[in-house]
Amino acid sequence: MSNTAANLVALNTLVRREIARIMRIWTQTLIPPAITMTLYFVIFGKLIGSRIGTIQGGFSYMQYIVPGLVMMSVINNCYANISSSFFGAKFSRAVEEMLVSPMPNWVILLGYVTGAVARGMVVGVLVLVIALFFTSLHVVHPLITFLSVLLGATIFSLAGFVNAVYAKKFDDIALVPTFILTPLTYLGGVFYSVNMLGEPWQAISRINPILYMVNAFRFGVLGISDVHVGVAFIVMLGFVAGLTIVALQLLKRGVGLRS
Amino acid sequence: MTTPPALVVDNLRKTYSNGVEALKGISLTVQPGDFFALLGPNGAGKSTLIGILSSLVNSTSGDAQVFGVSVNKQRSDAMRLIGLVPQELNFNQFEKPFDICVNEAGFYGIPRKIAAERAEKYLKELRLWDKAHMQARTLSGGMKRRLMIARAMMNEPKLLILDEPTAGVDIEIRRSMWQFVSAINAAGTTVILTTHYLEEAESLCRNIAIIDHGVIVENTSMKRLLATLDVETFVLDVTAMPDELPSIPGVTLRRRDDHMLEAEMARSHDLNSLFAQLSANGIMVTSMRNKTNRLEELFVRLVEHGRQEPGRSEEQAA
Repeated sequence: MSNTAANLVALNTLVRREIARIMRIWTQTLIPPAITMTLYFVIFGKLIGSRIGTIQGGFSYMQYIVPGLVMMSVINNCYANISSSFFGAKFSRAVEEMLVSPMPNWVILLGYVTGAVARGMVVGVLVLVIALFFTSLHVVHPLITFLSVLLGATIFSLAGFVNAVYAKKFDDIALVPTFILTPLTYLGGVFYSVNMLGEPWQAISRINPILYMVNAFRFGVLGISDVHVGVAFIVMLGFVAGLTIVALQLLKRGVGLRS
Repeated sequence: MTTPPALVVDNLRKTYSNGVEALKGISLTVQPGDFFALLGPNGAGKSTLIGILSSLVNSTSGDAQVFGVSVNKQRSDAMRLIGLVPQELNFNQFEKPFDICVNEAGFYGIPRKIAAERAEKYLKELRLWDKAHMQARTLSGGMKRRLMIARAMMNEPKLLILDEPTAGVDIEIRRSMWQFVSAINAAGTTVILTTHYLEEAESLCRNIAIIDHGVIVENTSMKRLLATLDVETFVLDVTAMPDELPSIPGVTLRRRDDHMLEAEMARSHDLNSLFAQLSANGIMVTSMRNKTNRLEELFVRLVEHGRQEPGRSEEQAA
């Protein structure tokens, strides 16, 4: 069997295992984001949103926040999935099953990222379906919608992987979501347009990578964005490339994995 | 074309980041088809060596070749040849034994259909098939150890490394595990075993290396090593015992209790004369056995000797 064929079998095995894990603990992986987002839609979209009226481009506040909330659930779940799965494998030493195998590092990384992206996508679809109970949506640019959510999911899967490689205890994988991910998400234009902010807050907001993901996705769904979509894609592709290089280097050096 | 050795370890060194020098330049060769014992006290460097062979530990210098394939330079190819049964449990306890085995085969690039057939074969051979679809955490300790052997067999390795596989396993399961591994070895798989049960190593292994403080203190055939043991101690069950033990030339007698004696003597000493002299002194022997296993005695001697003469170890390592 050629190396390529063997690597494809290994990749398929790892992805299947990750998806089986997601399905095995579906009450922890799929249901909570659906419940959380339903509450967001009810409270922010319906109760508060109805008093706000239209916000930008003639869209209701509910319509405006749907893309941001979908993106928020996707990236949070990608991050949570890969960091807990990979750190769990490290903690139980099950990661050694992969490390002693002939599987190259890129297959390990791609397998975990694919599993995390799969969970993010499923959660994204669930949240989108729930949103349709509260408002009507017409996707303006399907390809941009898909690519932006795919890139956003990939970025946070890679970031979660890097976090899990460095983590020494379970607390370490909770630190980044609590102190970095959540603030960046809330300040990334999920609930408002950054054009509403004065300077210097508008300029500061533009160094937040989540702003570009949310706006690219919002452009795909609604056709409106606070940033140029081309710039958003360049930023996202840059993060994907940078984080992939970092993750592969960590695996190559065996940081936290090989003595 | 001649088959390369199953394993060549060439001047392997490992110094951990905390400064501990676990391996001080060890070299050894294991021939194809061998059943090789790698023994040593706790902290001797055995697990570090196994870690380097299985690529879980990065060596500081030196290399190892598995059937001529370099672990450092051709890691993936070398790993295809190795099956590892580690000391610690290292599988996801929430997965099922069947899935653990099939997934492991997948990581080696073995298609799912073949992997499923092998999983069934090895789980049956290791008497785990009835537990194949239960969560691994529900298995007993012995079952979990056998599961790790089944998993290590999924890529049908040419070199099987067992790192204390029977630790904490009861005697019956231990025997069944050895039957399985012996059969694998008889079928051509080279086996390297580390264990603290020295009677296992003595009965199973043909060649042996003893490692201590990161250096090899002995590397020879089991037969030759055991032949160097010049003193044996027997435990004798006796019917009656005088107040004072007789003095028998060439034999040191020690009283263990009122019905048990220990007799230490040179291996060349005549047992018939021992019995005759005991009988003449009114001591009737009803049964006898070796006090300890021979390898254990040699092991203790070699390790203690190596510690008393550190220079000897350094010389061997150079």
